[in-house]
Amino acid sequence: METILEPLMMGLLEAFQPVNLAMLVIGCIVGLFVGAMPGLGSVNGVAILLPVTFLVPPNAAIIFLAAIYYGAMYGGAVSSITLGIPGASTAVATVFDGRPLALAGKGDQALTAAAIASFIGGTISVVLFTLIAPPLADFALAFGPPEEFALMVLAFATFIGLGGDDIPKTIFSILIGFVLAAVGLDIISGQPRLIFFDMSGFYHGINFLVLAIGIYGIGEMLWTMESTGGAMKVHYVKTTFRTLIENIKRVKTYIGSTVFSGVLGYIVGVLPAAGATPGSLMAYGMTKTFSKDPASFGKGNVAGVAAPESANNAASTGAMLPMLTLGIPGSPTTAILLGGMIIWGLRPGPLLFIEHPDFVWSLIGSMYIANVFTVLVNLAFIPIFVRVLTMPFTILAPIIFILCVVGGFAPTQTMHDVWLMLLFGVCGYWLRKLNYPVAPAVLAIVLGPLAERSLRQSLLSSQGELSIFVERPISGIILLAAAILIVLPILRILLPKLRGAQSGATS
Amino acid sequence: MSVRTAELLTAIVLLLASVGLMVKSAELRVDWVEGSGPGAGAWPFWLAGGMALTCVATIVRWFLRITPESRSDEPFISGTGLSVVVPAVGGLLLLLIGSHYIGIYFSMAIFLLLFVRFFGRHGWPMSIALTIGGPVVIFLFFEWALKVPLPKAYSEPLFYPIYDLIY
Repeated sequence: METILEPLMMGLLEAFQPVNLAMLVIGCIVGLFVGAMPGLGSVNGVAILLPVTFLVPPNAAIIFLAAIYYGAMYGGAVSSITLGIPGASTAVATVFDGRPLALAGKGDQALTAAAIASFIGGTISVVLFTLIAPPLADFALAFGPPEEFALMVLAFATFIGLGGDDIPKTIFSILIGFVLAAVGLDIISGQPRLIFFDMSGFYHGINFLVLAIGIYGIGEMLWTMESTGGAMKVHYVKTTFRTLIENIKRVKTYIGSTVFSGVLGYIVGVLPAAGATPGSLMAYGMTKTFSKDPASFGKGNVAGVAAPESANNAASTGAMLPMLTLGIPGSPTTAILLGGMIIWGLRPGPLLFIEHPDFVWSLIGSMYIANVFTVLVNLAFIPIFVRVLTMPFTILAPIIFILCVVGGFAPTQTMHDVWLMLLFGVCGYWLRKLNYPVAPAVLAIVLGPLAERSLRQSLLSSQGELSIFVERPISGIILLAAAILIVLPILRILLPKLRGAQSGATS
Repeated sequence: MSVRTAELLTAIVLLLASVGLMVKSAELRVDWVEGSGPGAGAWPFWLAGGMALTCVATIVRWFLRITPESRSDEPFISGTGLSVVVPAVGGLLLLLIGSHYIGIYFSMAIFLLLFVRFFGRHGWPMSIALTIGGPVVIFLFFEWALKVPLPKAYSEPLFYPIYDLIY
């Protein structure tokens, strides 16, 4: 226990450094806003704002981005409740009961429950994170290139097995992400590779931010502008200090399901393809199933607001666990954080805990503080946020577009990348309309160089024998899990057909 | 164009692109290189091969009408959708082309003015505020705070007096 408590205290102290604290506060507020704006979620905020963090030291930068991530999870509930539109996909389940409560004039109850549940879920997950991360990182120290590659296969297998999207399209998305990552100079021989039309801009490769900003900035904005059209009906919420206290006292009616949802959300959040959206939907479903009064759900039950909010906050911390300890991001947002860390010269993975303990522990420390801070801001400034939400898209969209363009330019300072970003944005928008999932491509472009390196190093050491991946016990077990995940959806399709054929034959 | 047509056309274009990527990768060694493992082109070559296979799968599923998109005869982009997306993408194209000639700051100002005043139909005060405020804030943040010069092209000389002030 001392091995955790001592660095945790150091981390908390580090997070209280003025620059870190300032970034944390700004990050939480930006995150609340980004999460609350329909059409923008944590991943959009982090992708668009990552380039501006090159101004501050890596510690402060990651604290800022991580704070946006938590803040967005809190903020999503605000628009789910007041507008009836989820501010981010992670807050979809919050609409089910949040909106009826707001329509019944109990919007303040719903918002308070969302904030407190977010705090409970966030805190549970940070404590779990603190307990699990160091031993997991210790364990992962034994991993060599074959295990690293097997982990990547597992991470992408979760998209196929659990993602729920069209399987060929999901695989396409993963593979194109890897190919885009392969552009530039070959990592081992240094030969120029995939230099399209001999354009010199491709020699430095395709920065993951170009794809991420293109898809999550430009593509997402086009998508939102098309689907919302702009008109929204805001439901104003009145709060006084007395009702706030009364609402806080109501916590005891939903504390049990909220704690359970937090743990569930954390576990689901660790899986790369799952994350906060399915986590919150599952928490909602479970809470409803085990409730004494399931019929009241969907008509304005506060527990139905608390459960998904607790789960989505817990999931966002859960996604950080594999990212920091194994170098495998648990969500698109953490994939972008991972890419940022590589830019700052920090290689996420087990060695991070040994080589940069100050960085890891100040990040963990900041999670605790961010949780407390966000719940306070959320409770105090809800009316202001609601006002900001009425900003029309025709003002927000051009601002986001400008931020995308300058953000796409900043990392490499070439217009080549900005053009590429626009191309990716339009293609991403187009493919998304045809149900191609875009998140796997973003994860793949971040992990591409690591995946290729670990594969080639493994093959080189085994003289081209693929058996190296299954002969080593850990990598064998990981690959077996991946294989099960890939076979699962195929079985799900085939089994009913087989059964149908059997019953057809016997009858 | 219906969603159904769009899915087939997209899958065919992606299939051709995947084959193109395979050919491009094969410019380098894609086989085993003694002493250094798989050739430099092997990784993208096989990945692109996988991409091509998934496209074939999508095309087969399209013919069998398995994917929801292959059964949808709704328009791929609705009329209102087009009226939003085309001006936005067109505006972005102008913004980027403008950056190569009049520099990003002036280009940005024109983009904001067109978008907010004529596309969003907001009043002049809001439009002017964003048109001037946007580039100024971006300039202060990138050039002054981050020290990242953004492209100014032929408008560069106009910035010399400001450089003298801030550097």
